[in-house]
Amino acid sequence: MTSPMEPIAPIALKARRHRPAAAWVLMTVLASSGVDALAQAAQSGVSSDLVARGKYLVSTSGCHDCHTPWKMGAKGPEPDMSRALSGHPESLKMPAPPRLPEGPWLVMTAATNTAFAGPWGVSFTANLTPEPETGLGEWTLRNFVDTIRTGRHLGRGREVLPPMPILVYNNFTDSDLEAIYRYLRTMPPIRNRVPEPLAPGALQAANK
Amino acid sequence: MTKFREIAQPMRMIATIALIVLISAGCVIILLAAGPAHAVRAAEEDAAPPAPLPLHLHDTGLYRADGKGDDLYAEVMTFTPQYTLWSDGALKRRWLRLPAGSAVDASDPDVWRFPRGTRLWKEFSHNGRKVETRFIERLANGDWRYAAYIWSEDGRNAVLAPDSGVKALPVAQAPGGVYDIPARADCRACHEGAAVPVLGASALQLSPARDELAVHGQLPSSDDADLRRLVERGALRGLPAALLDRPPQIAAASPTERAALGYLHANCGHCHNDSEGRAPVRLRLAQSAVDPQASRERALASMLQMPSRFRPAAAFDPAVVVAPGAMHRSVLGLRMASRDAQEQMPPLGTRVPDAEGLALIQRWIDNDLPTRKEP
Repeated sequence: MTSPMEPIAPIALKARRHRPAAAWVLMTVLASSGVDALAQAAQSGVSSDLVARGKYLVSTSGCHDCHTPWKMGAKGPEPDMSRALSGHPESLKMPAPPRLPEGPWLVMTAATNTAFAGPWGVSFTANLTPEPETGLGEWTLRNFVDTIRTGRHLGRGREVLPPMPILVYNNFTDSDLEAIYRYLRTMPPIRNRVPEPLAPGALQAANK
Repeated sequence: MTKFREIAQPMRMIATIALIVLISAGCVIILLAAGPAHAVRAAEEDAAPPAPLPLHLHDTGLYRADGKGDDLYAEVMTFTPQYTLWSDGALKRRWLRLPAGSAVDASDPDVWRFPRGTRLWKEFSHNGRKVETRFIERLANGDWRYAAYIWSEDGRNAVLAPDSGVKALPVAQAPGGVYDIPARADCRACHEGAAVPVLGASALQLSPARDELAVHGQLPSSDDADLRRLVERGALRGLPAALLDRPPQIAAASPTERAALGYLHANCGHCHNDSEGRAPVRLRLAQSAVDPQASRERALASMLQMPSRFRPAAAFDPAVVVAPGAMHRSVLGLRMASRDAQEQMPPLGTRVPDAEGLALIQRWIDNDLPTRKEP
């Protein structure tokens, strides 16, 4: 078994074998954390229905699949909910991705499922918790909606990179996106500075 | 008879009053009926989807006739901002057209309110070849829409670009032989980060007190619209008279600093500002015509020795936006000079770093900042 802190060479689909068990764990953890989110929503004056819907959308739209680091559990990879939605762990320095041979394998993913290497370079999933320095703490609802609508980082910057399914999420209505945003604001802030993405070949060059 | 008259007169009065009441009530009823109906119609007009974007530029209201262009409608005004956005050296021309009888409300000089129906165009050309004309229109419901039109090689016609833009359009005259037509989402990404989506027509940009050191500054033509001409023409209302008597300028400790802050205003300020749609980082690079001193201080405070949220792969320790005296340790300079898609600033609309812009910013950071005196 690969260590959870080592990148898994071309495994993108291999880890998916464990998803039913992992999904069950995820849903159980989410169910137990839901009460806190709703209580926080009530305190902040945001409609608890809206937050509940946001929680539902986040739970069913695969956000945790990439934005919550995975760890190796007794039954295989599972989301580490102590770091829920905090993105690629700052402490996990990724080595250069292995070179893939010519052929249909295209993408490699880290054991945490938070770093991805492909033709676009290396991307790291963002910290979606409301931590002000490293997460979405300073984001307004408009920044969040603009990011999904324009497909650009912070709503204005570089392109949001694969595997973020921007085109799929663009089908969310504005009220869906508001619900997701409101729910994310209720998450415990986690300080975790995600690395900047790397251009193709940048990691190999840096590690020479 | 007299008695009858005595009775009839009050009766007539009562009848008259009743008639007036009835007529008035009727009017009220008619008004009540007409008012909401009118409001509903207006709301329907506002809510009605706008007509599709014209397929050809000559149908957008800029040119009087099809063909080679430049036969502009009389209502079209040309303008030239004093600080320009770097577009890989493209030569740009800009036009504004307001609906008949309307005017821009400049009562907040930093946030101009353009009337519904406003249209603006910006033409990009490289080495004499027109490549693209961008079009912005304020719709009846108050929203803005954006489009790009791609010129044919012979410069006779420009056709609507696809929503997704065109990456690397072959244009021999452009740097590297290619040119990117922006996607509409890209238009929104840049234009809607500011308080007003019109970026080049503002009190500061059209001030007659132009900055002679502005990088790539184009001299306005003799009939260009600046603040004074817009007011004289009735196209700009509400502008405080003080801004005509003393046209706005960026506050600065030196001419180099003024040009540098102007450059950052035009190239970065549309995302890094105080408006609701700004990028969620702490940079504030937009300058104010109303309170130039305050906007200068805000800009400097957000840059000088301020930790950068962006952490470059190269060794930058500490990673600060601007390190006075050290362009080579300033993330601002690094990102301006980069054209790595994940790192470059501005993040879109350019494939080639702006050598003159970089030289100006370097002069400011390396020479001016360490020895600056407050204005």
